[in-house]
Amino acid sequence: MTDTAHAAHLETATGLDNRKLAIWTFIGSECLFFATLISNYLVHKETWLSGPGPFPHEAWTSPSGQLFEPIIEIPLVTLGTALLLFSSLFVVLALASAQRGNRKGLLLWLGLTLMCGFFFVGMQVYEFTHFVHKGLTLKTNLFGASFFTLTGFHGTHVTLGVIWLLTLWIEAFRGKLPPAKSLNLEIAALYWHFVDVVWIVIFPVVYLIK
Amino acid sequence: MATTALDPRAHAAAEHAEPTGLWSWITTVDHKRIGILYGATAFLFFLLGGIEALLLRIQLGTPNNTFLSPDTYNQLFTMHGTTMIFLGIMPISAAFFNFIIPLQIGARDVAFPRLNAFSYWVFLLGGLFLNASWLFGAAPDTGWFGYANLTSKQYSPGLNVDFWLLGLQILGVASLAAAVNFFTTVLNMRAPGMKLMRMPIFTWMSFITQVLLLLAFPVITVALILLMFDRFFGTSFYVPSGGGDPLLWQHLFWIFGHPEVYILILPAFGIVSEVLPVFSRKPLFGYAAMVFSGIFIAFLGFGVWSHHMFATGMGPIADTYFSLVTMLIAIPTGVKIFNWLGTVWGGSIQYKTPMYFALGFVAMFIIGGLSGVMHASPPADLQQTDTYFVVAHFHYVMFGGSIFGLVAGAYYWWPKMFGRMLDEGLGKLHFWLMLIGFNLTFFPMHILGLNGMPRRVYTYPEGLGFEQLNLLETVGAFILASSFLVFLINIVRAWRGPRNAPADPWNGATLEWSIPSPPQEWNFAEIPTVHGRDPLWERKRERGGPLPEPPRVSGKGIHLPNPSYWPLVAGLGILAMMVGLMLIHHLGPWGIIAGGAILLFGVFNWAFEPAG
Amino acid sequence: MDAHVTAPAADHEHDHPSTGAYVKIGIILFVLTALEVGLYEFTYGEHSGATGHALQPFFVPLLLALSAAKFALVAMFYMHLKQDHRLFSGVFVFPLIIATVIIVALILLEAYHFAFARSG
Repeated sequence: MTDTAHAAHLETATGLDNRKLAIWTFIGSECLFFATLISNYLVHKETWLSGPGPFPHEAWTSPSGQLFEPIIEIPLVTLGTALLLFSSLFVVLALASAQRGNRKGLLLWLGLTLMCGFFFVGMQVYEFTHFVHKGLTLKTNLFGASFFTLTGFHGTHVTLGVIWLLTLWIEAFRGKLPPAKSLNLEIAALYWHFVDVVWIVIFPVVYLIK
Repeated sequence: MATTALDPRAHAAAEHAEPTGLWSWITTVDHKRIGILYGATAFLFFLLGGIEALLLRIQLGTPNNTFLSPDTYNQLFTMHGTTMIFLGIMPISAAFFNFIIPLQIGARDVAFPRLNAFSYWVFLLGGLFLNASWLFGAAPDTGWFGYANLTSKQYSPGLNVDFWLLGLQILGVASLAAAVNFFTTVLNMRAPGMKLMRMPIFTWMSFITQVLLLLAFPVITVALILLMFDRFFGTSFYVPSGGGDPLLWQHLFWIFGHPEVYILILPAFGIVSEVLPVFSRKPLFGYAAMVFSGIFIAFLGFGVWSHHMFATGMGPIADTYFSLVTMLIAIPTGVKIFNWLGTVWGGSIQYKTPMYFALGFVAMFIIGGLSGVMHASPPADLQQTDTYFVVAHFHYVMFGGSIFGLVAGAYYWWPKMFGRMLDEGLGKLHFWLMLIGFNLTFFPMHILGLNGMPRRVYTYPEGLGFEQLNLLETVGAFILASSFLVFLINIVRAWRGPRNAPADPWNGATLEWSIPSPPQEWNFAEIPTVHGRDPLWERKRERGGPLPEPPRVSGKGIHLPNPSYWPLVAGLGILAMMVGLMLIHHLGPWGIIAGGAILLFGVFNWAFEPAG
Repeated sequence: MDAHVTAPAADHEHDHPSTGAYVKIGIILFVLTALEVGLYEFTYGEHSGATGHALQPFFVPLLLALSAAKFALVAMFYMHLKQDHRLFSGVFVFPLIIATVIIVALILLEAYHFAFARSG
């Protein structure tokens, strides 16, 4: 991205890099963003228009008589969770490779990170499509609205992270990610870990707590 | 003791050619230019908001008036509030953050100059988007607070609320980007020796403001997203018939909204805390207490939001909790007021325009604070809420507080920013017209409110005793408006005059007064080392007299960031995405996708262009 | 706050956990996830028995504790908060505190509202 070597010449009052401080600041702000979405989800959890809930873990009949079967597939989501967790491990290993100048290792681990991220998004897309086919959309009830909004925005954040990491992978492939520029990857990795950490909260709250 | 006037020979010989022309302004990444852009744009929006207010006051001047239809009235009062807060006070504060913070901390620029430019462009585009609604006859009309479910598709089927919620989202992006920037700048770019507890108090209060921005804006972003989903995609987050709760909007809005009012006032606190010491020739009384009370106010400010909701039936426990914490905030605020008084007490008062406005701030803010504390009691508030008493309160703190403070800052820093002194006579005339006009307009509202005049009404009947005070308020509003005419005349006169302001016209204490007026592009020829608070007073003490006029140097060897237009392109991408969202039923997702593509294009080019 | 250390690109490698440590943490994260799912199946699953039902009041706290542990591991080790300057931890933790306060407050306020103020 910008000239890291140049940035490294600048002395900062805290000794910390500007961009690293900035990404942490952004992450702190994003905590509030997701906290509000999660609050909204929790607040609306028990308040379908009618019906006993808690759909989606048990069957539910809507006021108009439509039967909704339980739709959450724990194994699939658990797989997605595992993928995201491992992707955090892989990006850490990618960063270590970048810092040591190990280009092959960097490409391998960052590539694996990308694949995990890609499959996670794929899993989300599959899950969303599956839910819609089973009759749960944004409009169906408040669970649908809150669920899709929360997980949808998280998925958007993951997608943007994939684009960011992919850009860095291409840079690495072209030999333009030497150790002096590894901070670029460190910053993207911090964002990526944050997206993982948000999922660590969403997974039990949405999928495991009825 | 003002320093000697700038030596014109030194000025001419060493002048480094600064870029000129429209393109240089479009691509600027210089915090000083961005500050001026913010200030000029915000001032224009402020005047627009003022005209909106005058129209409201004409309508309310007499009972049963038909000057404005109810519909137009609703649009005007909504836009007046939205404009004054988001397009007036906040960006004027941003103008000062931009121009002054790097100078006060001894830096050459902010941490992320292009992100800084981005924030300005997005602000401008957001303000234009919001006001474009007038062209469609669909200006937002549900109040600046947009209560659900008046804002639902059912009750507001037109474009008005869409303009409002998308416009605010655009502005939110600008604020968040700037907050990340200034937070990093203040922590990381301080000159050697400038520990946090040696920072100028304006920088401190502004720093706390950035923290509030970072934490509060995401909440309203989500609140607006949920509203947008309700309106565009048929969800029922705030719609009772779908199981939703309009009160959720109020909670989310005020969780943002209360910190927002501290965002509006803290910069003014900071400015006044700079002006009072300089014009009393005394250091700020209780610097540490001022810093910690600011932090305390900000932190507590996150815990009081439902004091805006005492009439919504939250129950005795919630009411009691919010009431107590709200009253608690009066304590650190009181500390500040006493410290301001303690600063002035025993000082050698310099009766200059900035001092007038700073003292006016203290007086007006005390009144606003007192009415605020009265609201903190739920039983009292049940009488006051939704009446003109509340309108009085928030105008006393936002105009009597924020605007008086920001105007003090304008007069104080004008010589530094533009190299010209504003006329003292006109300045004082501005002050008296503003003080009298302001109090004539807003003080009677306390009485009207307690006598039962509701707020947010486009007219009122005869015979309720509201006529005379309303007429008085309308007259007051025009006097208040005339004060800004005086200000404009002052500005134009100064602009036409010579650019000969000294570096330190007020005998200032902080680093911005140690460099030429206006500063050269790189700010400091050499980054200073700081040994305490009030570094310039310390230097003058050591020297035993005023400092010599700082020379203008050639700037060779000083590295500056390159200008860039990619921040503007990225900003246009954001605007395009929001327009795409607005047109989603006509364009499907393609508008948003196109906007996103422009944004990505802008961001990638920004990321990969050489930093220079 | 006066440190004028040049922002290092790869200076603090010495205090980083080793590759092996990172992998171990990854495995622990996986195990914790398995425990979460296992706890769910044990308490609410199709084949849950008497012990599972007895566990139901403790389910949410236990689950949240497990996810909190995962959160902490990723934050402290993968995001390097443990080895890095304390300022980063502050910048992350303070918003988390505000976020938690808001989540809890909203749940309490809306729960009251739904219990007492709504007919539906």
